[in-house]
Amino acid sequence: MADAKQPSFIARMRAKLNRPGSWLSYDLANLVPGRKIDAEVLDELETRLLTADVGVEATTQILDELRKKVARNELDDVDKLIAALTDAITAILLPTQQPLNINTHKPFVLLVVGVNGSGKTTTIGKLARRFADERKQVMLAAGDTFRAAAIEQLGVWADRAGADIIQQQAGADPGAVVFDAVTAARSRKADVVIIDTAGRLHSQSHLMDELKKVRRVIQRVEPSAPHEVLLVLDANQGQNALTQALQFHEAVGVTGLVLTKLDGTAKGGIVIAIARRLKLPIRFIGLGEQADDFGEFDARAFAGALVSGNSLSAG
Amino acid sequence: MALFENLTTRLSRTVDTLRGRGRITEENVSDSLREVRMALLEADVALPVVKAFIERVKQKALGAEVTASLSPGQAFVGILHKELVTLMKGDRERFELRAQPPVVILLAGLQGAGKTTTAGKLARWLIEQKKRVLLVSTDIRRPAAVLQLQRLAEQVGAGIFPTDVKQSPAVIAREALEAARKGVYDALIVDTAGRLHVDTELMEEVKQIERAVETHERLFVIDAMAGQDAVNSARAFGAALDLTGVILTKADGDARGGAALSVREVTGKPIVMVGMGEKLEALEPFDAERMAGRILGMGDVVALVEQVQKQVDVDEAQKLAKKVAKGKGFDLVDLKSQLEQLQKMGGVAALVDKLPQAALKGGAMPPDQGEKEVRRQIAIINSMTKKERRNPAVLDGSRRRRIAAGAGVQVQDVNKLMKQFMEMQKVMKSFSGGKFKRMMQAFKGGMPPGFPGPR
Repeated sequence: MADAKQPSFIARMRAKLNRPGSWLSYDLANLVPGRKIDAEVLDELETRLLTADVGVEATTQILDELRKKVARNELDDVDKLIAALTDAITAILLPTQQPLNINTHKPFVLLVVGVNGSGKTTTIGKLARRFADERKQVMLAAGDTFRAAAIEQLGVWADRAGADIIQQQAGADPGAVVFDAVTAARSRKADVVIIDTAGRLHSQSHLMDELKKVRRVIQRVEPSAPHEVLLVLDANQGQNALTQALQFHEAVGVTGLVLTKLDGTAKGGIVIAIARRLKLPIRFIGLGEQADDFGEFDARAFAGALVSGNSLSAG
Repeated sequence: MALFENLTTRLSRTVDTLRGRGRITEENVSDSLREVRMALLEADVALPVVKAFIERVKQKALGAEVTASLSPGQAFVGILHKELVTLMKGDRERFELRAQPPVVILLAGLQGAGKTTTAGKLARWLIEQKKRVLLVSTDIRRPAAVLQLQRLAEQVGAGIFPTDVKQSPAVIAREALEAARKGVYDALIVDTAGRLHVDTELMEEVKQIERAVETHERLFVIDAMAGQDAVNSARAFGAALDLTGVILTKADGDARGGAALSVREVTGKPIVMVGMGEKLEALEPFDAERMAGRILGMGDVVALVEQVQKQVDVDEAQKLAKKVAKGKGFDLVDLKSQLEQLQKMGGVAALVDKLPQAALKGGAMPPDQGEKEVRRQIAIINSMTKKERRNPAVLDGSRRRRIAAGAGVQVQDVNKLMKQFMEMQKVMKSFSGGKFKRMMQAFKGGMPPGFPGPR
């Protein structure tokens, strides 16, 4: 990897996604010492995609496309194969590349949901910082009244970003907190209000009902809201993330995704499966704990970084 | 949900392709193994683990004697399940609590795995066993992590060592151990910051914490929803900490939990506890049987097979088998006897409960409806004369109207039953003796298409 002084977010993403080496092309290149692409190579590719949590369905689709090209003799070496794979992944992800625009409403109401430990609060901290840097007046709502010290954790992030925080005591009704927050955001003319919620497993129907209620409370104060429902997904998660996306979407109408913790060795390939099924915009990805390890999703760069560290220019 | 269904449908299909064959051979098992491979991958079992597992199952399956009462498919599922259980079963039940107190328990894992919540749950579990527990957080990074553990300690009635976030985690841990000794605590639970296994600096830090306190238990905390990468993080944590066990969290969701198998295989350490909910009492000892069934997404197939074997009236089945083998027709008396057997097995609902939901999708009706349907069909047959039951060909329109009135159903219901009966008769005719007998012995857990009940 190049040691540029100020590596771009995409360059860092590529570096991190491909640590320690290019996961896909490395073995693939070893497997194909200048020989023709055959079934064995494609099987290896299939294995690799599965290992990245892409899932059986999406992997099959991608592989079918590649097989067709091989059959038409369009691909005869590894470089072309890798380029074709990148294209195939990009094609699936491209429709999800839609940046979040918070200038459509004031206050812009952003509801953040997800399973336990996916990184909601940290994501909110980073979003608050990002919006504050854009000179927006940011307000946070401590809607996670269940988990011990969740309110205080959000408070730390609010301090760091210079954002207001609306909170009640632990154990309070999250609906009440949200009501206060959206009302306050209107009267104080905040630009954006970000609502934290307790982590919940999508299979717990009473907790999903609680989330639906939170959504209804928001709507009662501000009928056009929430303007964005962000589902936070952990890149370490496997196929269950697709079920999460489906269930949260059904319950509260998810409008965007955030993929966190991409700085490990997990590839977050499940977003490809999610993109196929739900076509939900992927708004941001998180590459680490630092505030600037957080950026907008770029489909081609993500696909390129996922497949190979060096065969793509920083686009 | 959709994935779950895919998985189970696939496995059900796999078993179907093995059904009706005499023994498991290299040839007839290979397709199934491929399906099982895909199924395990969808359950998030890591690929290298899947490969090793498949190889083992294959060896076992090829050598297996298929008992007379089981079809090869059922035998295969049995082997699969048993192998999974064997793999995941621990060599010990719980914790080593007999050591010189305080017993030191270290929790480590990735961010968001659930370490702090687990620390609280574990403290509660130990307190329930009359242990005095001290908790300490060495997480000086995540905002409010220390406060979170403090709150949990208050909730469960454990002691909390006050963390000075300006100190290094190793120093904090060492001082906590001193306090635990002085305070005559039975156990010290050391919570650590979430860390990535590729972060060498932080992995070094957790090693230092471990060295500072001489731990008895070093537990890797992992999310039940974790994907393929679980194998990498488990390996790294295992190498750094010489783990003694694994705690699986968030297992109350609908993830297949294949990570459990991956981590068990890679670390070689038993899964000791499972987090089953958001309440602090929701921590349970690991149950390998249950987890195996869950990874396979098969419902309680084993119990189902046992129940069917126990309750199918073998004599009755033999009689029918002989009759059909002799070339005598399958009539409505036989159908009634079959329907009654279905009822005897605790009803359709009880059977359906034990089946993976997906296996029932498309074709079968909801369980309570199926139950009603069986009752109605028996009522229809009961409204027929002996002659009609033996010789269904005589059933003309007027007889059907009479039967419908007698059974309290519509004529269409009678027609429907007859149509299904005719299909079934066709199927029966196509069987020759031996094949049919074997089918009846295994009962196949159901009836030909169109009839209610498990497929």
